[in-house]
Amino acid sequence: MCTNCGCQGDAALMTDLQTGETRTLGAADQAGSSDRSPAHAPHSHDHSHLHGHSNEHTHSHDHGDDLGHGHGGAVKIVDVEMRILAKNDAEAAKNRAWFAGREILALNFVSSPGAGKTALLERTIVGLAGDPPLFVIEGDQATANDSERIRKAGAAVVQINTDTGCHLDAQMITRALSALKPSLGALLLIENVGNLVCPALFDLGERAKVVIFSVTDGEDKPLKYPHIFRAATIVLLSKIDLLPHLDFSLDEAIMNVRRVNPEAAICKISARTGEGLSDWYSWLRREAALARQAAFA
Amino acid sequence: MHELSVTCSIVEVVAESAKGRKVNRVTVEIGELSGVVAESIAFWFAEVAKGTEAERASLDIRRIAGLARCEACGAEFSTPSMFTACPCGSYRFTRLRGEELNVKSIELEEVS
Repeated sequence: MCTNCGCQGDAALMTDLQTGETRTLGAADQAGSSDRSPAHAPHSHDHSHLHGHSNEHTHSHDHGDDLGHGHGGAVKIVDVEMRILAKNDAEAAKNRAWFAGREILALNFVSSPGAGKTALLERTIVGLAGDPPLFVIEGDQATANDSERIRKAGAAVVQINTDTGCHLDAQMITRALSALKPSLGALLLIENVGNLVCPALFDLGERAKVVIFSVTDGEDKPLKYPHIFRAATIVLLSKIDLLPHLDFSLDEAIMNVRRVNPEAAICKISARTGEGLSDWYSWLRREAALARQAAFA
Repeated sequence: MHELSVTCSIVEVVAESAKGRKVNRVTVEIGELSGVVAESIAFWFAEVAKGTEAERASLDIRRIAGLARCEACGAEFSTPSMFTACPCGSYRFTRLRGEELNVKSIELEEVS
């Protein structure tokens, strides 16, 4: 994404666990894979947020009082009026249309590191037993450890290593999709980089964000990271089997979620004991059905 | 952390609009509830802009204060933080302002 500092994209790696193939997600790859990218959605995407009409007009004003720059000639003001993240948003809109056309339910899983995202995915793969078919995109700064776990649990998976990057972006998802090729009506679970800050800002084209809030975190996590909790459609309070050993107050945690997001669904789960998972599976199946209906809306 | 990528996106948008012309000033809008730290953008900007049309540009950051409309009582109220409730006590509201992340305009040097 940025050729100056390599903050996104250029240093990112993608590993297809089915073939073992690893490639960089650099600029060259972007051009080469564009014809295989899932950008051929049958739906037109909404780019009402992209105001690409650069309005240029020349101002002839002297800068007598303006000490900002020392030139005296005419300057041209270009009204850019563009969202800073317009490029990511446009790519996310393409992904969203691609999912809709294929009746795919795409979910973006976000949490702090170690809250139990991968454990929940492993358990969900086994619990749903292929109905609907399940595909996973794993995001981590480094290693393919998580995607190995997912592969062993029985789902097709592509690992993205963001290197210095602190979040997945929409373009990484586009490229991962061209390798993963999720089937019609599938469930696509995207495990974001463990981080409650940056992923809040980058739309991947998902239908919903799933925030995992571990009871080993403090009850005030939603207050400390309000952006991500506000963006959540569902909050999963995880590791509830540990509650007897902790001073964690579920009531207080739920109240804090409600303060930043009164609408979010809340589900209490343990990937270890299986408690609460039937509610989680019901939510998933309901959302999957809505995603299928949306394809014909 | 994401301020670096956000700054990269700003420079990218600016370069696309400048089309090779030298940029004197870049004006951006950053909402106070956007989740982006304006000071951090200012810190990264000079570094990220190196070697681009915006290399010597000054960065003008306009902060936009949060404003919301309550769904319970209909009043508009200012929201200095993510958890400011409406004075009526309701947490159900629509945010009107404060989440902006826009490149507003750029000022180019005319070569004539």
